[in-house]
Amino acid sequence: MTKVYTMGEVKVHALRGVDLSLLASEFLVLLGPSGSGKSTLLNILGGLDVPTEGRVTYRGRDLSSADDAIRTDYRRQHVGFVFQFYNLIPSLTAKENVSLVTEIATDPLPAAEALRIVGLGDRMNHFPAQMSGGEQQRVAIARAIAKRPDVLLCDEPTGALDISTGVLVLEAIERINRELGTATAVITHNAAVSDIADRVVQLSDGRIVADKRNPAKIPASQLHW
Amino acid sequence: MQALNRKLFRDLWRIKGQGLAISMVIGVGVLTYIMYLSTFDSLQATRSAYYERQRFADIFASLKRAPLLLGERIRAIPGVSQAETRVVVEVTLDVEGMEEPATGRLISIPEIRREILNDIVLSHGRYVDPGRPDEVIASEGFVQAHGLRPGDSIRAIINGRRRELEIVGVGLSPEFVYVIRPGEMIPDDARFGVFWMGRQALAAAFDMEGGFNDVALSLMPGARAESVIEDLDALLRPYGGWGAIPRSLQLSNWSVENELKGLEAVGRIVPVIFLGVAAFLLHVVLRRIVTVQREQIATLKALGYPNRYIGLHYTYWALAISVGGALVGTVAGTGLGRQMLGMYNQYFRFPNVAYHLESEVVAGAIAIAVAAGIFGAMSAVRDAVRLQPAEAMRPKPPSTYRKSLAERIGLQRILSQPARIVLRNIERQPMRSLISIGGIACSLALLIGGVFGLDSMDVMMDVQFELAQRQDLQVTFAEPVSPTGVHALNRLPGVMTAEPVRSAPVRFRSEQRARQLAITGLPSITQLFRVMDVLDLEQMPLPPEGIVLSTSLAKVLDVVPGSPVTVEVLVGRRPVRETVVAAIVHEYMGLSAYMEIDAMRRLLGEGGTLSGGYLKVDTAHLAELFQAIKETPAIAGSTLRRAAVDSFNETFAENIGIMIFFNVLFASIIAFGVVYNAARVSLAERSRELASLRVMGFTRAEISSILLGELGVLTLLALPLGMLLGYGLSRMMVVAFETELYSIPFSANPRTYAWCALSILLATAVSGLLVRRKLDHLDLLEVLKAKE
Repeated sequence: MTKVYTMGEVKVHALRGVDLSLLASEFLVLLGPSGSGKSTLLNILGGLDVPTEGRVTYRGRDLSSADDAIRTDYRRQHVGFVFQFYNLIPSLTAKENVSLVTEIATDPLPAAEALRIVGLGDRMNHFPAQMSGGEQQRVAIARAIAKRPDVLLCDEPTGALDISTGVLVLEAIERINRELGTATAVITHNAAVSDIADRVVQLSDGRIVADKRNPAKIPASQLHW
Repeated sequence: MQALNRKLFRDLWRIKGQGLAISMVIGVGVLTYIMYLSTFDSLQATRSAYYERQRFADIFASLKRAPLLLGERIRAIPGVSQAETRVVVEVTLDVEGMEEPATGRLISIPEIRREILNDIVLSHGRYVDPGRPDEVIASEGFVQAHGLRPGDSIRAIINGRRRELEIVGVGLSPEFVYVIRPGEMIPDDARFGVFWMGRQALAAAFDMEGGFNDVALSLMPGARAESVIEDLDALLRPYGGWGAIPRSLQLSNWSVENELKGLEAVGRIVPVIFLGVAAFLLHVVLRRIVTVQREQIATLKALGYPNRYIGLHYTYWALAISVGGALVGTVAGTGLGRQMLGMYNQYFRFPNVAYHLESEVVAGAIAIAVAAGIFGAMSAVRDAVRLQPAEAMRPKPPSTYRKSLAERIGLQRILSQPARIVLRNIERQPMRSLISIGGIACSLALLIGGVFGLDSMDVMMDVQFELAQRQDLQVTFAEPVSPTGVHALNRLPGVMTAEPVRSAPVRFRSEQRARQLAITGLPSITQLFRVMDVLDLEQMPLPPEGIVLSTSLAKVLDVVPGSPVTVEVLVGRRPVRETVVAAIVHEYMGLSAYMEIDAMRRLLGEGGTLSGGYLKVDTAHLAELFQAIKETPAIAGSTLRRAAVDSFNETFAENIGIMIFFNVLFASIIAFGVVYNAARVSLAERSRELASLRVMGFTRAEISSILLGELGVLTLLALPLGMLLGYGLSRMMVVAFETELYSIPFSANPRTYAWCALSILLATAVSGLLVRRKLDHLDLLEVLKAKE
């Protein structure tokens, strides 16, 4: 598929022909420099955006031609998103941010449970402004997994964090993938992160330039960069 | 949705200043709506309950004299349910402590109390005693104006003899809710009173035994008033009937009705302006909020929130603000409605006015507030729904700016950098700038619309009493007298000039339209009572033939100059004549018709009679003059012009202060709301830019001047527009207020406009200063660190 969008008065060719499958319970890392089209690809996979050309399907359902209501429902039922800048609602506490999702999902984890999974059981009533970046990102992860998603999409989840906090966040994502069997795609420009993946896909200038299995998968706790 | 609602409450709390400012504008809109319409409803409900309880008649007729037996034939008219024959006379009163004579209308009541039409309500004292012919029940207004109470006496001049009348009770009647003498413009409780007296006693004093000169009828359900009036007139014609009128034309009821119409008109115009402005404010603020929260919206969408929820979320913002304002406005409007009703009760005489808030009025107020909220939220909701989450996640490209008009036409050399920022900003968001300008202009327009009436009142009083009615005193004879009457008037002590007047009650007919009224016959050119055209402020000389009508009467009869009109004279030999409308004269008050006095006499078919005179008097001899008038039985009544005007102004002045206060307050709330919101929105949008300027070394004053300069420019642009809108609104209100009773002169006094503009300027300055305080506390580092 391809994706072209306009920004201000400039046309951006974000994806110039990409063909990719994400398999159930797979842990995929998407590597690439900034501007390589990673976020665009992730947004399309998550049903936030549609390709300019080409098709995207989820378990046989066509998402590229689906209308907004169908894509909204797809996100609501199946997708968990984690963003680089956490995108928490600042006026809501950690627990309330997670509740945003549990209130509209069909069979969610309790909000408190989701927060315990990411190690924030004791900070549930804090507002985003009262938490560190790593904590905020873990709230975002709790929010993403609380609906028991089939697909977890993380856009530079460690991009704004220092190494030790980044490792904590990746451990949380790894644990969800392992324990809940959630197909997980993590975007990063940090090559070291690819060591924890089942499969590593490299993007450059809107094209896939490499797609390899990782034979030596290591746990996140052993990462360093 | 709980989490979203919690977000709503916390977000609302964060913008509480702005929310409150908008709520106040909505609140004032709802307040005015509730205040005017609840007062309207209360008066209307009070009136109809009063009319019903006291059996206010449906048809009224006066005549010269008919035997009591005729009453039976009146009752037999098909459609008549009840008929009350009465004796009604006007007398001159001599009141303790008042030099000039007052006028009393004596109305007969049965000596033994029974249920009658136009029944009186006794507020104090008791009913008259059948054995005591000098007992009367006096109207409440007169009693209060003179500090009288049951047991006190007044002297009436009855058939040239003084007679002491003892007030035993104080009463009110549905016939006199608005107590005004026929032919007068303004009520004057001190100089006009109504007295109810036993039938026998009154009839004996005026040679009316076995007869009556007034009758009131009530109709059976479904009966047509027109046909009953026709039959009644036919019966009364031989007995000097003046022509019956339906309830709708009964003086008191007609005045109340006209006042109610005006009240309802304002109650429907003014709130719309407030709520319209509020809707625009909500529009600006909510769009700004959606812009600020675009990433939050994108996140919610990414989490799978459907558009419906998001749209509702932002609609709730608007509703919270508007319904909050509406609730406060309802409570305050109820309070002020009570006050206003109290104010009206100084003009209207109801036995007990119960404040009455219809649930429909409250529902209507809430509904229009909700509508304003939804209207204000619409485009913000659309923005939120249309927001593409993927796009919202990407950083926003810098806003597009261009050189401002002032720069493009070559003024850039004289503009400093901050001035350029101000102008480019105004131009970059023309819609928002226009809304701010429009909002401020509306506040000024409302203020002008609220106070121009005072200037109009001045103009009206000036024209009416300085230019048109320049007499000091008007006297009316009990019966028309011969031309020598003028000399008699001239010989009264202190009289400097006397001008004759011959007026007579007539019925005008023009095709299907008819109206009963008096024609005033005057010399063609007069010095005292002058027929003035208010458009050119010139005296209109009365033409030797034909009739001159006031614009409102011409409208009622649907005639133009040259139209034929049938005049049925209702006194004397009762001739029916054809005449033409010679001219139409623009007047402010009432319905009137004039004729040259000789033409009038020809119309009546009589010689040089006169029915009264207008006098210019030497005030040094007033006391003697009044004494003489009181002792002249031929003079039935007199009106001192100055006294009437003074008493009116007195009542009026009490309320004017309150009125101005609220008008200024309400208009300031709009101006404040508009400017405060505009300032807060610009501050929120540009805090980064302004902080950057501070970091670069700009002083607080300099960055304030950028933000507040923008508001200043908008305000200055808004003032002329506001004056123009105020001018238009005043014109509109002049039309909306126009009733048969009066037409308010349009007036645009530059002084008033200047004061109004100054008030608005002050309100905007206050809100500017509040925002300036925020600006002084701008946290430079925090602002530069934050993403937005």
